[in-house]
Amino acid sequence: MKAYIRGIGNISPQKTFTKEEFLENVVSYNNNNMLFCIDPVYKEYINPLQLRRMSRTLRMGVTAAKICLQDSGVEMPDAVITGTGFGCIEDTEKFLLALLHNNEQQLTPTAFMQSTHNTISGQVAIMLKCKEYNSTYVNRGFSFETALLDSLMLIEEKNAHNVLLGGFDENTLNLHATTSRLGHWKKENINSLELLNSKTPGSVSGEGAAFFMLTDKPDENNYALLKGLSMLYKPENKSEVEQHLSNFLKSNNLSPNNIDLVVYGINGDVRTDHVYYHLRDTLFSENAGAYFKHLCGDYYTASAFALWLSANAIKKQVIPEAVKLGKAPSGDLKNILIVNHYRDINYSFMLVSQC
Amino acid sequence: MAQRIAITGLGIISAIGDNVQQNLSSLRTKKSGIGSIQYLQTIHKELPIAEVKHSDAELLKLAGIKEDSGYTRTALLGMIAAREAFENSGGNNNGGKRTALISATTVGGMGSTEKFYLDYIDLSKSGDFEKYVDAHDCGDSAEKIADSLGIKDFITSINTACSSSANALMLGARLIRHGIVDRVVAGGVDPLTKFTINGFNTLMILDKEYCKPFDKNRTGLTLGEGAGFVVLEKLEDAQRESKTVYCELAGYANTCDAYHQTASSPEGTGAFLSMSKALALSGLKPENIDYVNVHGTATQINDLSEGNAMIRLFEGNVPKFSSTKSYTGHTLGAAGGIEAVFSALAIHHNIIFPNLNFSEKMEEFNLVPVTEVIENAGVKNVLSNSFGFGGNNTSLVFSKI
Repeated sequence: MKAYIRGIGNISPQKTFTKEEFLENVVSYNNNNMLFCIDPVYKEYINPLQLRRMSRTLRMGVTAAKICLQDSGVEMPDAVITGTGFGCIEDTEKFLLALLHNNEQQLTPTAFMQSTHNTISGQVAIMLKCKEYNSTYVNRGFSFETALLDSLMLIEEKNAHNVLLGGFDENTLNLHATTSRLGHWKKENINSLELLNSKTPGSVSGEGAAFFMLTDKPDENNYALLKGLSMLYKPENKSEVEQHLSNFLKSNNLSPNNIDLVVYGINGDVRTDHVYYHLRDTLFSENAGAYFKHLCGDYYTASAFALWLSANAIKKQVIPEAVKLGKAPSGDLKNILIVNHYRDINYSFMLVSQC
Repeated sequence: MAQRIAITGLGIISAIGDNVQQNLSSLRTKKSGIGSIQYLQTIHKELPIAEVKHSDAELLKLAGIKEDSGYTRTALLGMIAAREAFENSGGNNNGGKRTALISATTVGGMGSTEKFYLDYIDLSKSGDFEKYVDAHDCGDSAEKIADSLGIKDFITSINTACSSSANALMLGARLIRHGIVDRVVAGGVDPLTKFTINGFNTLMILDKEYCKPFDKNRTGLTLGEGAGFVVLEKLEDAQRESKTVYCELAGYANTCDAYHQTASSPEGTGAFLSMSKALALSGLKPENIDYVNVHGTATQINDLSEGNAMIRLFEGNVPKFSSTKSYTGHTLGAAGGIEAVFSALAIHHNIIFPNLNFSEKMEEFNLVPVTEVIENAGVKNVLSNSFGFGGNNTSLVFSKI
């Protein structure tokens, strides 16, 4: 299964929503280990009346989808598929807090209506009057990945030529506080760009909304070819990850020396990053590397940021300085492998290649 | 021809029973699960509701969990129904089959979150409540169900509101047809929560009496809870292994109404599209459908929209239909799974289940649901509808083998 990436819209804690910039000037965050998106001028994309009623994530999602549509030149996709770990968490919190504080009285429906995980896929469909396939996946570190798999399946089934695929999650103060109880975030405040120097447990929390137009049509303007995707749930040890990854490459007729760049989901958590370093020392000891969670933070659908990064790197034949990890690649960027895991539970591997 | 997909296992827990046998018996005896609130902590005691008649502690026992290390009602209901389906289909004796778990839920672990949320966000507090923090998101229950069954080849969760678990079955069939896995446990689960009952209450679509699908005097839905799962595998595998095949999942389609975030279009465009596309995939004609298990929430707008879509699809000759939500309440993310189990039972036992609480047909059209149990009903092909917020519509076609 494969598909071309024809357009992208990415709203993230970096200025990623314009086509011209590619992480030349990265933003650092020194904000209790929380990263929030840089807002484009939303009213350029959404009419002010609608905008007022929209939560932050809805603005981000719908705008990222619009940027992607414009970028791709596709007016009407054949499917809209999203992945999100926590869904529209700000509206969920809003309705929940209102009902808890007011003892289930005097509630208004707007936050509830917009709290469901499929709000963005539904709103995008309404905006486009797109009556075709529409779905939303919500399984932690597999959310974006399953949405991607579904997109690839639809294209292979010839049930779609163009699929609008999105991954989104939003950060909130309450979500950060709540999940800090799970040890997800560093106890000491760090500068986000220093993520790898901390050598302590936990990461920094982040967010993003990235949309991609996947297509079956080759075109010189396409960004890249999405050639392969694989998921692995709760591997027992590092060698299971290594074995799975070797098989994944083999099934795509590739070996580690065909990979020009490995993009690792290293998140600065000393308890779980060792898996990445192990792969880097074994399978990919000769390969150039990159990392990205110091730029967008960690969240369930952070792999969508990595896909944006990889597709642009292939298209522009550039690896931004800010993401480089170790040696630089020697030649052209033909094949990029994204290796990501969420808390050593949800592993995913994506293969992004030159068209 | 595409790989044929058999249903070889059924599992359910709902307001009308803890397992398939109990549910079937309640359906046959017209015993509704709707009643007054016993378990859910809410001020809305005046509203009828369709609860699973067990406390969380009792569900822990039913699920075989010795120590509650953070099991939400969602995870427990899901584990109970998924295990029944899995064992019904032969459980782990799978001859190396790659197995997937696809679960659907709309509220995830909200039932626990809403009990302790004010403690969660007050970082000066700590205590036993912390074990539920990691159970808020939708993936928690799916992963707990998968772990309890030893499934690890493929796991995901879907949330397309009230069509969620119908999409779980659809994805399951497609994963098998693409050769990604050989067998899928697919369905969904939703518990009753304060969050949902208050949410639907603010939308003013909850009936103060028992819901009356397709009735002129319907005023809204009755919320319910539960879980429904099926096991999907290749028909050829099931036949080679001489398994009981309840029916075939012959067609499916997912479309979007693209009309309004929380209401369907009056003419039911999305519903018409999902039903007609599912039929087309199954290779059947509208006149081949013997029974429609309608979405039938009993809201003003759903029943009008769905009725209009059926009249258009069946060109006026609408087959026998009923909404079993009059038994189970609207179980949201579990509805598609629960109604898939009912559809499979309708085919396997050749029976049509009635639509309770119906007395007067709607003014807009001449549609009367089945109101009595019909045995020996000649049920070969069943269409099941699930429609949700966001305009997400999914229809499934089940056929006798």
